[in-house]
Amino acid sequence: MIAASLKPRAGLLAATVCLIAALFICAGGNAKAEEELAAEAPAFEELVAALPDASFDEKAALADTIAGTGHPRAGAVLKALAGGDLYAAGNGRVIIAEGRKGPYKDALTGEDMGDLEDRPSRIIVNNRLRGSLRDLVALINLSSPEKDRRAGAAAAAFSASGQGALRTVERALEHEEDEDIKAALEEARAAMLLRGADTEADEAALLDAVETLRGRGDPDAMSVLMGTELARTPAMQEAVDRAVAKIQTELKMWDAAQNVYYGLSLGSVLLLAAIGLAITFGVMGVINMAHGEMIMLGAYTTYMVQQFLASSAPDLMQYSLVFAVPAAFLVSGAAGVAIERSIIRFLYGRPLETLLATWGLSLILQQAIRTIFGPTNKQVTAPDWMSGSFELGLMSITYSRLWIILFSLAVFALLLAFIKYTQFGTQMRAVTQNRPMAASMGVRTNWVDALTFGLGSGVAGIAGVALAQIDNVSPNLGQSYIIDSFLVVVFGGVGNLWGTLVGAMTLGVANKFLEPYAGAVIGKIIVLIFIILFIQRRPRGLFALKGRSVEA
Amino acid sequence: MITNRLMNTRGTLSFYVYAILLGTALLVPLFNLLPPEGSAFHLSDYTVTLLGKYLCFALLALALDLVWGYCGILSLGHCAFFALGGYAMGMYLMRMIGPRGVYGDPILPDFMVFLNWDELPWYWLGFDNFLFAMLMAVLVPGALAFVFGLLAFRSRVTGVYFSIITQALTFALMLAFFRNDMGFGGNNGLTDFKEILGFDIQARSTRAGLFVASVAALAAGYAICRAIVTSKLGKVLLAVRDAESRTRFLGYRPDRYKLFVWTVSACLAGVAGALYVPQVGIINPSEFTPANSIEAVVWVAVGGRGTLAGAILGGVFVNGMKTWFTSSFPDMWLFALGGLFIFVTLLLPKGILGTFLDYYGKRKGTGTDVAAPIAPAAAPPEAPAPEQEGRPRELERAGA
Repeated sequence: MIAASLKPRAGLLAATVCLIAALFICAGGNAKAEEELAAEAPAFEELVAALPDASFDEKAALADTIAGTGHPRAGAVLKALAGGDLYAAGNGRVIIAEGRKGPYKDALTGEDMGDLEDRPSRIIVNNRLRGSLRDLVALINLSSPEKDRRAGAAAAAFSASGQGALRTVERALEHEEDEDIKAALEEARAAMLLRGADTEADEAALLDAVETLRGRGDPDAMSVLMGTELARTPAMQEAVDRAVAKIQTELKMWDAAQNVYYGLSLGSVLLLAAIGLAITFGVMGVINMAHGEMIMLGAYTTYMVQQFLASSAPDLMQYSLVFAVPAAFLVSGAAGVAIERSIIRFLYGRPLETLLATWGLSLILQQAIRTIFGPTNKQVTAPDWMSGSFELGLMSITYSRLWIILFSLAVFALLLAFIKYTQFGTQMRAVTQNRPMAASMGVRTNWVDALTFGLGSGVAGIAGVALAQIDNVSPNLGQSYIIDSFLVVVFGGVGNLWGTLVGAMTLGVANKFLEPYAGAVIGKIIVLIFIILFIQRRPRGLFALKGRSVEA
Repeated sequence: MITNRLMNTRGTLSFYVYAILLGTALLVPLFNLLPPEGSAFHLSDYTVTLLGKYLCFALLALALDLVWGYCGILSLGHCAFFALGGYAMGMYLMRMIGPRGVYGDPILPDFMVFLNWDELPWYWLGFDNFLFAMLMAVLVPGALAFVFGLLAFRSRVTGVYFSIITQALTFALMLAFFRNDMGFGGNNGLTDFKEILGFDIQARSTRAGLFVASVAALAAGYAICRAIVTSKLGKVLLAVRDAESRTRFLGYRPDRYKLFVWTVSACLAGVAGALYVPQVGIINPSEFTPANSIEAVVWVAVGGRGTLAGAILGGVFVNGMKTWFTSSFPDMWLFALGGLFIFVTLLLPKGILGTFLDYYGKRKGTGTDVAAPIAPAAAPPEAPAPEQEGRPRELERAGA
């Protein structure tokens, strides 16, 4: 028993030992390579010794050359120079201070210097120099045994310039084995070439460099291409122009893609807010102005669930949404059933009166929440897996937006399936399509009404859980969505869930595409005016139900 | 014969309305100006301004009742017209400040100086003329309503859809007026007024004058609305309200009738806004809030939809209640307002005056209220569903 449980652990241990051994060998190999390189560049000592008396420009050139030597101490020296810790001692030696008053170390060997009899003078740098030094220090990391640091250095190398940097990169290229890092280094090398780091580079090499940058295709590559002064020959000029044009189109496409993504994310928020309404208004024909408050109830339920978990089971906080979604559905759904039974059932057939009564109800609910919870915003914490973002090409995708898109689509699909495949869904459709016939078939139409309204409200509650993650949980939460939700449902076409999906996504994307040109507010106004005009053209929305409808 | 008697009742009602308005116009300023302060009969300046405000709201309610009560068009954006009229008046009052503003610029209002504008934008030109400003207070809302209505009614946008797009309209206007570069003072709106027609706007006599003007405007509005609803045109309006398709099949053009009352109503709302601004001393984009417009609808519903006097009553009554509640139990006001919405729609569909007239008529053995809308019985089981594809519904729904 014990042996069995130990066995995997022993295996792990062996693996770790192997790994460490491998690392040592690697490091040793690396050190050997460095030594060889150091032998090739005997000038390191002279270069360092020249630093104290050099001007800023000369220092920049020296630093670049120092980096180019690949000397094992180069990194330490440059780092000290950038940090202002490099001093010139009286006897002409250059030393590195570990603290403000020592201890000091020899810059060339790294030996301890002990106490110094006279105060060394600091080798000063300015901001511009400090910036290029930082790039150089980053380049030194290219020879680091850790892959992550090498990758970081390779990425940073892109903005570095100078001959020394170029040589460092080229040397790193020779024994870099990771493909990604290699590609990054190639790009960095191309950028350096085009910035004029190698005065002897021939046209073929430069054309190659242009090609490499075109492949990279981001704003940095474009600025390098546009800034290059080496496009002297027509062939070169043409290549640069072509590359810039290509990158520009690519960037535009990425920009458009990012806008589409933002639009979809806004659209999915609209979808979540409107989908419950698509049931109560679209399917039942009930104008529920208190729909926004159902969303608000869902958001407050989320808050309550989190409060409860935080006090009684903090371990489960990560999974609060798992509890919040059904809780919100039940709370808002129950509220919906209660509203239907107490108010709306008396008002069927009088849509305008329903509108007023539910508006009154929304005022009461808002004030009730304000009285109970206070007027201030409540804090709902998003779980860890919803924060952060990742890069997709040149787009940055935040997890919270992505989850909301997925969540809204899941809710939509579930609802669609529910209406299509369940017993209750069938009854619901039967009642909407032909109430007397459904009733004579034994469907309890009253209860179907109540439950349908409850379903719509419950879905609004679920929307509230999602919206609580991205919006302020306050008594006014619902009001900010009610107009948008109605417009989405009306735009998409009443009585059609697909219309709501298309309507929400269209409006979301349209809004986000207008924003860069017109600003957020004007964009919104344009969308509103567009909907107003659209309803004139198609009073029944995008996906109108066909039928001989005479009056609403 | 029956018509005759109906006209009689209505005539009596309107006589009461005119008498009460005249009495208010005479007595309120009298009690405000004559008795010394501290006397039991003294009406404070605050009360006069408050009453003046109510009358402006009553005029707005009247305008709303004209379209909702008599033509079945529920506008959830009437405050847009009200606020536009208010802005026209506000622009005039801004121009009248002259060099007395904080920055002392003789022409530019303070907020424009603050925004570093060099000259008045073109749409501010002419607003130093009172008559022009008043004309704009009527014409701008009227023109907006005309264009909006023309588009909407011609393509037969009705019922709830119309309500929702009117709400979108006022929402869009609100967003627009919140912008600083619109040139209407952005967030803060227009305020800090000094004088109107050369009179100090804070002076007691000016306030009394504005009050009388409000009463006069309300009386004129009432007369106009009454003229419309008692005319033959008014009968067509009722027909459109109760059975639009049937009216169309009889050869009328409902869209034109609707457009006419809709525009008139917007103009009246504009006048109400123009009178409201000098009395409260400020106009800002929050007047465009959709919630305000919906609140105005409940004034009409409470007073009695389809009775002009009821709308006036509702406007004054609900706002009086609001003042009382917000000062005595501020937390309870939204409960009360919300409850009022529900109570009126569920239990008092004809409003205070409509119910009263019903009762009064029943006691006398005659039906009185010619204009009260036909309220269908609660929960007719076949009503709510929109038509499903390929399933023709009975045409007679048009009459419901």
